[in-house]
Amino acid sequence: MAKREFDVIGSTVTRKDAPKKVKGEHEFADDLQFPMMLHGRIKRSDIAHSRILSIDTSKAQALPGVKAVLIGSETPIKYGIVPQMPTEYAIAHEKVRFHGEPVAAVAAVDPETAERALDLIEVVYEPLPVYTTPEEAMAEGAVKIHEDNKFPGNIAYEADQDFGDVEKAFADSHYVLEKTFKTSYVNHAFMEPHCAVSKFDTNGELFIWSTTQVPHYLHRHLSKVLQMEMDRIHVKVTGVGGAFGGKGEVSNNELISALLARKAGRPVKVLYSRREVFLQHRGRHPIQMRVKVGVDKEGMITAIDYDGTMDGGSYGGWGLVILFYTAAMLHLPYDVKNVRFRARRIFTNKPTCGAMRGLGGVQPRFALESLLDQIAIDLGMNPYDLKKKNAIGLKHETVSGQVVRHCEFRKCLDQATELSGYREKHGKLPFGKGIGLAGGYYISGTAYTLYMAYKPHSSALIRVDTEGGVTVYCGATDIGQGSDTVLGMMAAEKFGLPFETIHVVSGDTSLAPFDLGSFASRVTVAAGSAVCKAADNIIDKLLPVAAVQLGVRAEQLEAKRGMIRSVFEPGKEIAFWDVVSKYIDAHGPLTATGDYTPPRRTGKFKGANIGHSPTYGFSAQVTEVDVDLETGEVRVLRVTEAGDCGQPINPVSVEGQVEGSIMMGLGQALYEEVKVGRDGRLMNPSLHDYKIPTMADLPELNTTFVESYDPDSPYGAKEAGEGPIQPVIPAIFNAVYDAIGVRFTEMPITPERVLRALDEKKRQEGGTC
Amino acid sequence: MKTLLKLNINGEDFDLAASPGAYLVDVIRETVGLTGTKKGCGIGDCGACTVLIDGRPTLSCLTLALACVGKEIVTIEGLSKGNELHPVQKAFIDKGAVQCGFCTPGMVLSAAALLRENDRPSRDEIKTALAGNLCRCTGYTKIVEAVEHAGQLISGEAHHG
Ligand code: FES
Ligand code: FES
Repeated sequence: MAKREFDVIGSTVTRKDAPKKVKGEHEFADDLQFPMMLHGRIKRSDIAHSRILSIDTSKAQALPGVKAVLIGSETPIKYGIVPQMPTEYAIAHEKVRFHGEPVAAVAAVDPETAERALDLIEVVYEPLPVYTTPEEAMAEGAVKIHEDNKFPGNIAYEADQDFGDVEKAFADSHYVLEKTFKTSYVNHAFMEPHCAVSKFDTNGELFIWSTTQVPHYLHRHLSKVLQMEMDRIHVKVTGVGGAFGGKGEVSNNELISALLARKAGRPVKVLYSRREVFLQHRGRHPIQMRVKVGVDKEGMITAIDYDGTMDGGSYGGWGLVILFYTAAMLHLPYDVKNVRFRARRIFTNKPTCGAMRGLGGVQPRFALESLLDQIAIDLGMNPYDLKKKNAIGLKHETVSGQVVRHCEFRKCLDQATELSGYREKHGKLPFGKGIGLAGGYYISGTAYTLYMAYKPHSSALIRVDTEGGVTVYCGATDIGQGSDTVLGMMAAEKFGLPFETIHVVSGDTSLAPFDLGSFASRVTVAAGSAVCKAADNIIDKLLPVAAVQLGVRAEQLEAKRGMIRSVFEPGKEIAFWDVVSKYIDAHGPLTATGDYTPPRRTGKFKGANIGHSPTYGFSAQVTEVDVDLETGEVRVLRVTEAGDCGQPINPVSVEGQVEGSIMMGLGQALYEEVKVGRDGRLMNPSLHDYKIPTMADLPELNTTFVESYDPDSPYGAKEAGEGPIQPVIPAIFNAVYDAIGVRFTEMPITPERVLRALDEKKRQEGGTC
Repeated sequence: MKTLLKLNINGEDFDLAASPGAYLVDVIRETVGLTGTKKGCGIGDCGACTVLIDGRPTLSCLTLALACVGKEIVTIEGLSKGNELHPVQKAFIDKGAVQCGFCTPGMVLSAAALLRENDRPSRDEIKTALAGNLCRCTGYTKIVEAVEHAGQLISGEAHHG
């Protein structure tokens, strides 16, 4: 039985980075300056799909102040975050596949000179047809965007999974509802643009400072693209000004800064403009989904059938993984026995889609939670009742073999609906006002690495030293979410020391032991487990030393409140640091490691490795909206969230994750969409034209947690950073339906769409009178 | 060609050389080396580069450095008095209003300017005053709470902690 009385876990500590951040002292990559540092700029194509016939860089090279010019033929090695399917180049090689793709790069003494040099580079293109939608790219006779692609019709990959007997289940159903949904092309819009600084030392070793979620994958990619041994490359993560998945794979500027630095023999910084952030993209996949759900008389789900076409953009990125995640995320948090999944990811001539907060889950949740809402209404049930009936229990194994070891989703549904008064309000508010409910869940890490290695996914080293204090070394990456704080809190709790005294060294491939990175909501469980194990190993070394001093058995000792003390004999205690000192006198340095490998599960079908997670977080949200019938504007008034994230380690940080998720989801539901012209050009690559929520859009957010503790997780914790975005969009759509009786199936719900729908509704109702 | 100019930043005079078209944000960050001012877009859309010029929150990415000669510029580095944090800074820490910290300097300065005019702003006044400062991490809730709390700290109705 896990102990539940904590001194540090669950308390509100001051993040150590916060005082530095409010003073502007926290260092981001663009804050770095080195003597003789050059500025790299990237020439980008002004055509979306073409062969590159020639590039003439001679004039650029001749410009005073230019120290290196680089083109694709100098870096012809393909890479990809999914190493089995490399599709990308640091700089376009032989072909460009989207408008704004890098075709050359320049390093110069200042940004202005570099930019002037870009204008002097002449590229001759041979244009090819441009496909900005999957329909066009899949059409008969379409040119292949990737010539070596083994699938026809620009299909990057496809997947089909069948569980149970879907046809029979539909035939036996009491009610079946089918709709087609369309999700939008959205960008992470983190505040800090990508930036990397590369520097080679005299021994030819590379040091790179970058704003990345995945220093390990950057390390691997640099080794491949630069053809260097990994031990000669040192990746250092700077402050990360938001990422949300968008810095979760290698970005061209990182590779280009290293290549330019090598060529110029001087440090090179490559900072993106905001437009370039939109071109690097890796945002959420637009998906067109036809989804069908059957239920029996009681409203129990009998079957789900899904057919989806994902617009992948020009390169592979995380696409393959996301495709199979979408399959895995289709029906949880509900118990469904018959499931069919058909999907494909299509290459188009647009910036590449990839991992964005809650990947794999957000689009199917939108469809499923909308359909379940409508089915309940059509059957005359309250949507809460239908969802509660179908919700999985404390433990569950899905038809696809995913094991949920701990789930409090039912509590989430109860708490969110009770706190918001959902049951009393739903269907009873005046026209124009509405309330909607949706549920969601997310993985807390993955079961496999992308390149199928057996090594642990996370590792930690703890050094306890009479001079240096306690230092936790772990390759996890704090991307602003506060993971260093969480890891430090866990170590503090283990050692019975104040949080403020724990140092955490993270995000550095040379200093800190291996960790896969910050993605898939994995850090708290995976890196947390590694840190806890390392701390336990330290304590195992200390207790026998303390036992000798105290004249008791080591097994009865615990580390608590600065002491190592007997749990049975009050007063038998010795200061933690005295024991450390005695240990070091007798044995030398006090260090220990810990590691974490998630349980490996699989099945016997394609994609069976993807979707498994050691544990899952859940949430339910109720959203209240006001639709302005004159202007068509939808205003979100209030969101009530009840989350099962296990034991919150740092509750204020968890609330921050939830609140950030809600506002990000709200943006996608109501405002955000990257617009692409017929020629593949982005129409709104700025924060002026691409509207993300501002403070003026902030509704009342009521963030709560349900009582939850996963006994197999470090301090009972589960993920919290990506689960809470899952219900946001469908809860808003369901609330809009409740408000005006219009079932939107396409996002965002813009005022124009609302007015058009209201007009249409009026016409139809007029027609029936 | 660069011209010479004298800028008063955080109460200190700096003799600098900058091109006439140089924007204040770049001069502060690159030439003076005060990197607390952030650049999220460079074209006036995000608020990360906010500094105070004669007490008014101003986007330094849209302001020519030359136009600031003879004015008082305060950057995030100059808001606190040494190690004594400004109440807004304290409140941001206490209320958990900081995540990645990239929007924070601009947000803090905008909030400090608001509270100098009005230390008891309503929630709506806060939301309007800070709507030009984008934050993608926090979902704004804790920032609004922090600004309210800072107002109370300033007007002496609450204590730090
Ligand atoms: S950098 Fe000035 S407003 Fe964005
Ligand atoms: S804290 Fe990251 S953008 Fe505001």
